[in-house]
Amino acid sequence: MMNNIIVLPLIIPIMVGVILVFLRPYIKTQRVISLVTMLGMVGISLYILNKIQTEGILRLDFGGWEPPFGILFVADSFAMLFVLTANIVTAICLMYAFSSIGENHEKMFFYPFVLFLIAGVNGSFLTGDLFNLFVCFEVMLLASYVLVTLGGKKAQLRESIKYVVINILSSWFFLVALAYLYGTLGTLNMAHLSERVAEAGQGPLLTTISILFLIVFSLKAGLLLFFWLPGSYSVPPTAIAALFGALLTKVGIYALFRTFTLIFYHEPSITHTLIGIMAGVTLVVGSIGAIAYKDVRLISSYNVVIAVGFILVGLALATQTSFEGSIYYVMHDMIAKAMLFLIAGTMIALTGKTKIDEMSGLIRNYPLFGWMVFIVTCSLAGIPPLSGFVGKLLVGEAAIEAGSYILLALAFISSIVVLYSLLRIFLNSIFGETIISPEDEVPLKKGMIIPIVLLAIGTVFLGLGAEFISGYVSDAAHTLSNPSVYIEAVLGGNK
Amino acid sequence: METLIILLIGILVAVATYLILSRNIIRVILGTAVLSHAVHLLILTLGGLKTGNVPLLTEADAPYTDALPQALILTAIVISFAVTAFVLVLAYRAYQDNGTDDLDALRGTNDE
Repeated sequence: MMNNIIVLPLIIPIMVGVILVFLRPYIKTQRVISLVTMLGMVGISLYILNKIQTEGILRLDFGGWEPPFGILFVADSFAMLFVLTANIVTAICLMYAFSSIGENHEKMFFYPFVLFLIAGVNGSFLTGDLFNLFVCFEVMLLASYVLVTLGGKKAQLRESIKYVVINILSSWFFLVALAYLYGTLGTLNMAHLSERVAEAGQGPLLTTISILFLIVFSLKAGLLLFFWLPGSYSVPPTAIAALFGALLTKVGIYALFRTFTLIFYHEPSITHTLIGIMAGVTLVVGSIGAIAYKDVRLISSYNVVIAVGFILVGLALATQTSFEGSIYYVMHDMIAKAMLFLIAGTMIALTGKTKIDEMSGLIRNYPLFGWMVFIVTCSLAGIPPLSGFVGKLLVGEAAIEAGSYILLALAFISSIVVLYSLLRIFLNSIFGETIISPEDEVPLKKGMIIPIVLLAIGTVFLGLGAEFISGYVSDAAHTLSNPSVYIEAVLGGNK
Repeated sequence: METLIILLIGILVAVATYLILSRNIIRVILGTAVLSHAVHLLILTLGGLKTGNVPLLTEADAPYTDALPQALILTAIVISFAVTAFVLVLAYRAYQDNGTDDLDALRGTNDE
């Protein structure tokens, strides 16, 4: 089905972002316009998602060039669930930014770059062409380079150089992989690639190329190759760190799922085993990191790493159940990680300290905030009825079915580590003797607590309303486990 | 011809790797620039160097040379240009604020 609407998640943020550049001095106007845009995008994503359920996978051939010749956008449930959650999280992070980011950021094009970032993220989710994926990655990355450096503190500049250089290198590997793939198969349209790989058989050459893609996307997702992540995610202002923690690694995860379920799914004994090993190591090393540090932002960053490992366990198992589990978990993780980063940032803003043993007794000063920390702890640990539970249950079920007991054990031990690392924050900083006297208490701004509460509502809804979204998730998992559905939707019309 | 270009790409990658591994940040940036040129050449070569006529239906007869790699490279060049420009500015700001262009000194300590 052709439909023009699926280009909107890319084009609206870009156009609005460009307009906002010219509205630089008018901060209030910028705030209103960017928030309205993001809320509109949430609405559009919901509309597209429901349209897919009735009409099947939607696609848009740009300029009327039919696939496999032109570039196209493809919207299936899998992509749209990512787009929808990403837009909701961005809208909420924007709300948090209103009261926390500061006028200097707002005047230095903060809002336009958030919109450019989300445009790149949405484009990466929706594109049906591997080279176009590269371009959308770059749109997202360039916006993220600006956001990570904005403010220009010493630590920020220092960490952002590493972040930028590592991403330039991974983009280079992406181009090399694309060049080899084009040289071998003569196409870059994902559905067409899938068809040609199936025809020619995934020989050693193609498997090598697939491993090159694995390296590239692992760098972006923070799967095993996450050495750059904790440093660069802990330096920018809270709202930006939350956006990064929630969205950027998820784009890499999306790309991994897309390539290894649609294109390179013929040699699971090599590629998927490798992904399983990488996911396992990521879980272990991430867990060590999450326990080792006392800085709340570093603990949060290592929690991102653990989640990436957990989600990729679902890809390594490669069954319909495990895909469903991963999809649930990704949606949960975007919401809960944004919440965790916002909470970590708020703790720092309230106390002026970054280490957990320097804060204490926050629940007496800020009871509601203390409860929010409790909710995010339970949610990330996977305690029902919160959102982490469904994903963990399904991935665990799939691991038992597949007999991968090592991955199962690692995945669930890591959940305990997550619980421990967050309980450490809770017990040290939220419980205990209060160190802030009522006179010195920094008031908790409404603009800070409301976004956190909204995310908490999101995680409760995703947990209790799992039944409500299960239709979308199983449709998405169905497309992932049956590549022919996707291929038929893209190439079916003109053969 | 292909072999020659592949060798050239190899040399460029080697030079770029050497530059990126050095401690001076300007050398690292130059390294990434050289690296991007290497991959552009790679795309061009793997798409097949000139194998036929210009890909214009009215101007020439089949077989046509594949024009797609050139479109890909054009996009990649624009992106790498933008990124390099950004990194140069970033490096200059980092040099001004941190007072050094030595990556070892930019490592950062845990106490900050």
